[in-house]
Amino acid sequence: MIEIERISRAFGGLQAVRSVSFTVAEGSVTGLIGPNGAGKSTLFSIIAGALAPDSGAVRLRGEDITGLPTHQLFHKGLVRTFQIPHEFSRMTVRENLMVVPARQRGENLIQSWLRWPRVVAEDRAILRQADEVLDFLEIGHLRNELAGNLSGGQKKLLDLGRTMMTDAKAVLLDEPGAGVNRTLLGKLADAIERLNRERGYTFCVIEHDMDLIARLCDPVMVMANGELIAEGDMATLRRNPQVREAYLGTGVSGNAGEVAS
Amino acid sequence: MDMAGLSAYAVFFLSLVGIYAIMALGLNMQWGMTGQFNIGIAGFFAVGAYTTAILTSAPAESRVGGFDLPFLVGLAGSVIACIPVAWLVGRITARLRTDYLAIATIGIAEIIRLFFVNESWLSNGTRGIPGIEKPFGLGNNGYLLIIIAFVALAWLLVEIARRSPWGRVLRAIRDNEPATAAAGKDIARFRLQAFITGSCLMALGGGLYAHFVGFVSPEAFRPLYGTFLVWVMLIAGGSGNNLGAMLGALVVWLIWSSTEMIAGLVPTALIGSESAFRVFLIGVLLQIILVSRPQGLLPEKRPPMPGEKR
Repeated sequence: MIEIERISRAFGGLQAVRSVSFTVAEGSVTGLIGPNGAGKSTLFSIIAGALAPDSGAVRLRGEDITGLPTHQLFHKGLVRTFQIPHEFSRMTVRENLMVVPARQRGENLIQSWLRWPRVVAEDRAILRQADEVLDFLEIGHLRNELAGNLSGGQKKLLDLGRTMMTDAKAVLLDEPGAGVNRTLLGKLADAIERLNRERGYTFCVIEHDMDLIARLCDPVMVMANGELIAEGDMATLRRNPQVREAYLGTGVSGNAGEVAS
Repeated sequence: MDMAGLSAYAVFFLSLVGIYAIMALGLNMQWGMTGQFNIGIAGFFAVGAYTTAILTSAPAESRVGGFDLPFLVGLAGSVIACIPVAWLVGRITARLRTDYLAIATIGIAEIIRLFFVNESWLSNGTRGIPGIEKPFGLGNNGYLLIIIAFVALAWLLVEIARRSPWGRVLRAIRDNEPATAAAGKDIARFRLQAFITGSCLMALGGGLYAHFVGFVSPEAFRPLYGTFLVWVMLIAGGSGNNLGAMLGALVVWLIWSSTEMIAGLVPTALIGSESAFRVFLIGVLLQIILVSRPQGLLPEKRPPMPGEKR
């Protein structure tokens, strides 16, 4: 679904990403792991349209989307979340979700002035959709809280919830587990799994929590020093000496996740 | 002052409050709702005032026009003339945020004022354009009703905008631009729309002002009256709150006008610098508000959800 073709990007003399190619298959939850400085975030920003590559291309279902601005990628069905949650802090949880749907009649000011009743009716439907998403994520009780007052983990859920307000089928998750406690992390993983299974979302996930990666992702791409060094399922990667050398740690046979995180 | 004098003064006072209220509503759309730091209000105020002055005044030898057109045509002209000006300013400053936008807009407002000072073929220069009549042969009392009607209309339009999904996107932009872009919104387009709409309200205020005083000259569009007071009104009244913007216009204009009355009471040492003293007082007032009640007299409220009664 998302094809990454020989993407390279340098910052000054530093080659952050070096001719990386891989494909995020439709319906998969594809992981992207690697040590700090491996080039994951740079690659992620390039896919998400926040950064232009020096060379190479990103395709979405065969269509070249390299360098399109974020808001246009959204309308092509590719949405992202952020490593640090980007909530609308002075808006309620509900409003955070209601901003998202595309093609709202009321987003045209003239329409809002001239056809106010229709705009309100449409907004009512969007409100119901937002409440359904909040119930799905089990944060319905927070609907009227200001998003800025939520905990870090709840903001991550809200980020995920915003992607559910779209028609998007491909979602880029930037460290969904960072700073989230165990209980909430389980809930987050449940939500991602259900979205993948029940609604057919395709995910591409950057994550440092190896338990989360092992649970959700197949296949997993491993990057180090700007290059893709391995890909496969987590069990295979754990036995790969090159991957252990670069990231998971050597000499530990048991739970690699503890070493990595 | 006798009763008649008092009532005449009240009408005069309220007319200016109404004109300022419309401009504060325009600024609320830009700053309160979107977070755009426009300190060039006076420029759009001037465009509105001059446009209707040229369109509705009697023909003159020394300049273009006047065209002797009706009041409502002049006022519509004020708003329409402002659209390309605001569009241009908005496009030029599209990539600027916060203080940089402020510096750029104050510069542009001065350019507009100096344009009217120097291009006397259009504006009659520093001599100004006289003879801008009130509509329908109305006096001050009748004209106050017209101003009030326009305040009500402006409030309705801005309040609907605030409650609409359009306004919701603006608040999202104010909170977090990258997340708004990630939600598929074209930030530049929304910002430009809010900038133009807010500026058009400032131009409407300018048009109403021109017919109120009957005379425009570049003096009226110095940053103090045209820009600074409007900002104090919005901050004092409550940025983000439309009723607050209007209340701020009333309260600040009341204080501003009463400092004029006490000008006669200032110590002899200050005679000659009364006007500077007034500006100083307003500056102190702004400081006190910002420290003691930064949210203003009427703080911003969340717009009601659809179907919710508020």
